[in-house]
Amino acid sequence: MEREKVIYARNLEKRFGDFIAVNKISFEVESGEIFGFLGANGAGKTTAMRMLSGLSIPSSGEALVAGFDVYKFPEKIKQNIGYMSQKFSLYEDLTVRENIHFFSGIYGLSKQEIERRGKEMIEKLGLEKEADKLVRDLPLGWKQKLAFSVAILHEPKLVFLDEPTSGVDPVTRRQFWDLIYDASDKGITVFITTHYMDEAEYCDRISIMVDGVIEAMDSPFKLKQHFGVTSMDEVFQILARQAKRSDN
Amino acid sequence: MKQLRAFIAKEFYHVFRDHKTLLLLFGLPIVQIILFGFALSTEVKNSNIAILDRSKDDASREIIHKIASSDYFEIERNIRGHEEILEAFQSGKVRAVVIFEPDFSEHLLRENKAQLQIIADASDVNTATTINNYLTNIVTEYQRELLGATSMPWVIEPEIKMLYNPQLKGEYTFIPGIMAMIMLLVGVMMTSISIVREKELGTMEILLVSPFKPLWIVLAKFAPYVIISILNVTAILLLSYFFLELPVKGSLFLLYVESLLFILTSLSLGLLISVLSKTQQTAMFISLMATMLPTLLLSGFMFPIENMPMPLQVISNIVPSKWFFIIVKSIMIKGLGIEAVWKETLILAGMTLLLFVISLRKFKIRLE
Amino acid sequence: MSAVELEHIVKTYQDGGVTAVKDFSLKVNEGELFGLIGPDGAGKTTIFRILTTLILADSGRASVNGYDVVEDYNEIRKRVGYMPGRFSLYQDLTVAENLHFFATVFKTTIEENYDMIRDIYEQIEPFKDRRAGKLSGGMKQKLALCCALIHKPEVLFLDEPTTGVDAVSRKEFWQMLDQLKKHGITMLVSTPYMDEAVRCDRIALMQQGSILAMDSPEQLVRSFSGKLYQAKSEQKHRLLKDLRKHPQVVDTYSFGEYLHLRTSNDSKEVLEALKQELLVQGHEQLVMEECAPTIEDCFIRLLNQE
Repeated sequence: MEREKVIYARNLEKRFGDFIAVNKISFEVESGEIFGFLGANGAGKTTAMRMLSGLSIPSSGEALVAGFDVYKFPEKIKQNIGYMSQKFSLYEDLTVRENIHFFSGIYGLSKQEIERRGKEMIEKLGLEKEADKLVRDLPLGWKQKLAFSVAILHEPKLVFLDEPTSGVDPVTRRQFWDLIYDASDKGITVFITTHYMDEAEYCDRISIMVDGVIEAMDSPFKLKQHFGVTSMDEVFQILARQAKRSDN
Repeated sequence: MKQLRAFIAKEFYHVFRDHKTLLLLFGLPIVQIILFGFALSTEVKNSNIAILDRSKDDASREIIHKIASSDYFEIERNIRGHEEILEAFQSGKVRAVVIFEPDFSEHLLRENKAQLQIIADASDVNTATTINNYLTNIVTEYQRELLGATSMPWVIEPEIKMLYNPQLKGEYTFIPGIMAMIMLLVGVMMTSISIVREKELGTMEILLVSPFKPLWIVLAKFAPYVIISILNVTAILLLSYFFLELPVKGSLFLLYVESLLFILTSLSLGLLISVLSKTQQTAMFISLMATMLPTLLLSGFMFPIENMPMPLQVISNIVPSKWFFIIVKSIMIKGLGIEAVWKETLILAGMTLLLFVISLRKFKIRLE
Repeated sequence: MSAVELEHIVKTYQDGGVTAVKDFSLKVNEGELFGLIGPDGAGKTTIFRILTTLILADSGRASVNGYDVVEDYNEIRKRVGYMPGRFSLYQDLTVAENLHFFATVFKTTIEENYDMIRDIYEQIEPFKDRRAGKLSGGMKQKLALCCALIHKPEVLFLDEPTTGVDAVSRKEFWQMLDQLKKHGITMLVSTPYMDEAVRCDRIALMQQGSILAMDSPEQLVRSFSGKLYQAKSEQKHRLLKDLRKHPQVVDTYSFGEYLHLRTSNDSKEVLEALKQELLVQGHEQLVMEECAPTIEDCFIRLLNQE
């Protein structure tokens, strides 16, 4: 049985004046998949991610995200996805509980639901003692775990993670990936960018963007086989070194 | 020296590459002049008035003619009896009614004393006062002409001369006010923001970890804003000369020297604020609170200080723009020289020195 | 004389509420490339700011090339180069203007010290008239390095120069640091990326303001006691769960395409038994073999011991 396509992109393009940030990319991501979206700085990853999350209208091409057209229903898309970036995911001057309540509130959960899921999450993360502390007083690793849990609190079909583990210690980084696997097991599709090449190995499938184009896309195993190397780092080095556009 | 030059060059790049702020810096004085010149002017132009002439003789007709031909008034209607006065005001079109009692001319010539009544709509006190003054002026002028013609030496001219501003032009006092405000805005806000921006950007870290002296950072930061402020002063003076027909009565050189002093006051205040703020928003907020409010309220620019309660009068003494306002008014409008403003100049210079020294000593050589 | 010396440095923020660095001691030799390896919040930036005289420690002593960070801060400021964690150049100035500005501030010229930056500057020279704000992450990094080097510093402080930069640019950046070593500059670099640790002469593994371990990367790896195994199967995530449940497995975590694990006793029998059990549990294509530990393995082990 063919699984549901959570992302469907055909010849998706974004131009800024003469500059083609994303050059006709086509790909699909299936439900529950962990999809690693890699690329050099300036390859067009952020632009592509913005188009897919309904924040920016493509110049041409088509794309369906969570079943909705990015041109016609960007608001519907926003309701059905979660988003977490390294920088601005939680309010530092609110407490853990306040953040959870706020974010579940904006996704329109009922009062009982907010209470129940909030409690569940605090227990799962082991944050009972810290629930009424300001987020800025938490260690970075906890913040990131909390931010991720908040991003999937409304049980979206798809969650975008933009460098979620940057600067986090190796143990916490792995705990973070446990959360990702759990989400994936629940059927949430994970779309993730990272600069840690070992994390690329944890993904089901990887796409590597170079100069606005998807240069390679497959499972880590097949990519390594194809390029005849033993690590994703080497695959990345081979592809990204071809980039001519490191100057943008 | 070469270091300082490079630093100043860098500051100019910052200023000239930020087109929006640059536009604001130079657009501000122009917009303010126009705004104050038209909208907020206390001057009365083409005010509608009504006339109740119960005498209809030469003298009353002559005065009515003078009123009608002045720029300030438009005779909206002539009314016939006292009962129509209220109606005229209620129509909302009439700001004042001028009433001539019967036999106006007779009384004036024979008894040398005639009755003329002005009823003004005092719901807007300022306008009412101004209208009153203008009308009185016109009548006085008529009286003078009459006296000149008949040359009766024993009649005493009434003392209603308006000092310095015979037509009571409102622009006269707002020009020094605007000068003070613009210089403060540019000096205080721009300097404080540009220093705090380096803190936010992290470049301050690199500058501190260099042999560059703090005093030089400060001097370099001042340079572009001194020039922009001088240009603004020039723009304001040119605008007031050509647009409002207000020349500088006193020494132009002295006016520029005093302006330069006030610019330094503003820059020192900006420096102090930058030392105290961590973010650009804080700097902006403190700058606005420290410049706009005191200048508008306590400099004598909008509200006369003499009429304020004693505590406010005392506080107004620490507002630098108050002193600058007095200096510019004296030089520009009264045409006075340094002998009249040396005291204010010294106070301003003292304030500048104090602010500068405090902020330089507070300027941190470290991050915390 | 050590190029950089820290003795019992303590630094707290918010009036002692938050401890950034506790009893921190470290010596960096002249000409050494020394790495501070640790996550955000380990205290790396605090160490840099104390050494560059930007903040004062609560207690302890620190010096750079023999100059005390408190007494002789002016001498230090003349002699060190510093590249702060965030991109700290003027975004509205061009590449050339930024470089010229910093050269002048440090009382030198680009020409005078061009040999110092040639290799790096040549890579960004094609864009010398571009505003710094419009450069890509890797380019910004190179420009910042040029600006920090332009006055031929004796000691170079690089605070997380590779954070947020892609893997290719990161590799290039470390190649540049290798080149710089030939000029005899002492370098103190911090990074959260464990794989970069091997490029340093010596490293300190840091966590929450303390040093967990300090040595050369080779020596640290060698001192990893016991055996480390790597394992993989078709059912990767389940393999992790199964191994975690197993009583003989002391520690297991994912590591690239493999999982790494240690067993309670390093005997072959235990390993074979474990393999058999996993096969019974339905793991296909199971691989399980001994492997060489990396710095990251050392770090994880130290963190778990805490």
